[in-house]
Amino acid sequence: MSDKDHFVEIRHAQKSYGSLEVLKDISLNVERGQIVAIIGPSGSGKSTLLRAINDLDPLTGGEVWLDGVQVNKSLPHRQYEKHINEMRQQVGMVFQHFNLFPHMTARENVTMAPMLLKGLSKAEADKLAEEQLDKVGMLDRIDYYPSRLSGGQKQRVAIARALAMKPKLMLFDEATSALDPELVDEVNMVMKKLAEEHMTMIIVTHEMDFAASVCDRVLFMDQGVVVEEGPPSVVFKNPTKDRTREFLRKHLAGAA
Amino acid sequence: MDIDLMMRVYPFFLTAAWTTIQLSVLTALLGLAMGALGASARLSRFALVRFIGAAYVSLFRGTPALIQLFILYFGGPQIGIQLDAFEAGVIGLGINAGAYMTETIRGAIISIDKGQREAGRTLGLSQWQATYKIILPQAARLMVRPLGVNLNMLIKATALVAAISVVELTYTAQRYIGSTYKPFEMFLLAGVLYMIIIYATGRAVAWLDRRVQIT
Ligand SMILES: Nc1ncnc2c1ncn2[C@@H]1O[C@H](COP(=O)(O)OP(=O)(O)O)[C@@H](O)[C@H]1O
Ligand SMILES: [Mg+2]
Repeated sequence: MSDKDHFVEIRHAQKSYGSLEVLKDISLNVERGQIVAIIGPSGSGKSTLLRAINDLDPLTGGEVWLDGVQVNKSLPHRQYEKHINEMRQQVGMVFQHFNLFPHMTARENVTMAPMLLKGLSKAEADKLAEEQLDKVGMLDRIDYYPSRLSGGQKQRVAIARALAMKPKLMLFDEATSALDPELVDEVNMVMKKLAEEHMTMIIVTHEMDFAASVCDRVLFMDQGVVVEEGPPSVVFKNPTKDRTREFLRKHLAGAA
Repeated sequence: MDIDLMMRVYPFFLTAAWTTIQLSVLTALLGLAMGALGASARLSRFALVRFIGAAYVSLFRGTPALIQLFILYFGGPQIGIQLDAFEAGVIGLGINAGAYMTETIRGAIISIDKGQREAGRTLGLSQWQATYKIILPQAARLMVRPLGVNLNMLIKATALVAAISVVELTYTAQRYIGSTYKPFEMFLLAGVLYMIIIYATGRAVAWLDRRVQIT
């Protein structure tokens, strides 16, 4: 049905806000089970690229394909809404600021979408919530409201909420950037666990060590272009581009 | 101060206060309905609908409520709208209150972090599902207090319908002044009753506000 051989395929992605070109002809393929890290300075377009994958920030040019289906195909409004809601159910997204629903307990955060969209019964959804919250180590807080959870705990619930939709692909946009340093590890552990289960993931991060330890591939973005990409051993240890070296020098120095 | 006189007439004032309460309740209900409609219009994705919502708000907040009542009650028959005074009072004040409530409801909705809707849409919820599962439940909690302020204003505004001779508290006070020549006592009595109604309403709003907050 399509000539797209890759699990995720971004072709000539272009995005402008007025005269500001934020993404400049980016192409990227991700295979099933791969884990790709996107690094780069603030404002380089990392979030925009990630959010284009589930059409949260629609591209102004180019195509996004997921598992043989074009995500951003052009359809009349109504049909497009139906299509995009189906696509988004297959893509989990985790935000820097968690975006948990504050009026729902951890359990309700996890069960809401599966009950509403997949028609799970209350009992089925509860079982699912228990599984997913157990997986992220939050079963003991299942009936807590987000206001009573730490940042790391909130982010773990947010991951469980995304996983409950059984996504094919997980997107992480600086999932640990808003956390106190001592809470970063508990979230990284959960992401590592997903990596071991061969979840396909695209991870925007500032944590070079973490990226190096879990990712198959690293993309360095700057000013709307992919400057350099390759396995972490190459990008982190022997980058070929000056801009990459410059960025890593600042960043690793800052971290040390 | 003529306490005896006040004791003698206060049962009639109680009856009038009951009318004020009925007016307030009906006006509040109509106001809420108009406010919900108005806010939906103001937030519509269609420019024309947004314009209609905005026009409604500026028209009814931009002219005196008393003029609106006069146009409806005295001017209405000229264009085929026949209402008795009570009906005109409820409809006139309700539409007026709705303009204020439109802004209250809209304000609460747009103050919800946009990440909330995004998180819902990311899970696959439609625009409408995200609105009623995520945005409205949070906005509703934020609305209670400012709607309470609208309610306070609206109760006080019911005094205006004395001008179209609805027999409520203010009108009753004026009528008894005509026969007793004791404006101080009569207006004081009316004022105290208004205060009781408004105080009780304020307490109820505060109670509701506490109830709906998430701990
Ligand atoms: N809604 C928007 N309107 C205008 N400019 C935007 C908008 N969102 C992002 N930008 C701009 O796009 C650029 C890339 O932003 P972003 O993708 O968030 O970068 P990153 O995630 O790498 O920090 C920045 O210059 C930012 O100011
Ligand atoms: Mg970003």
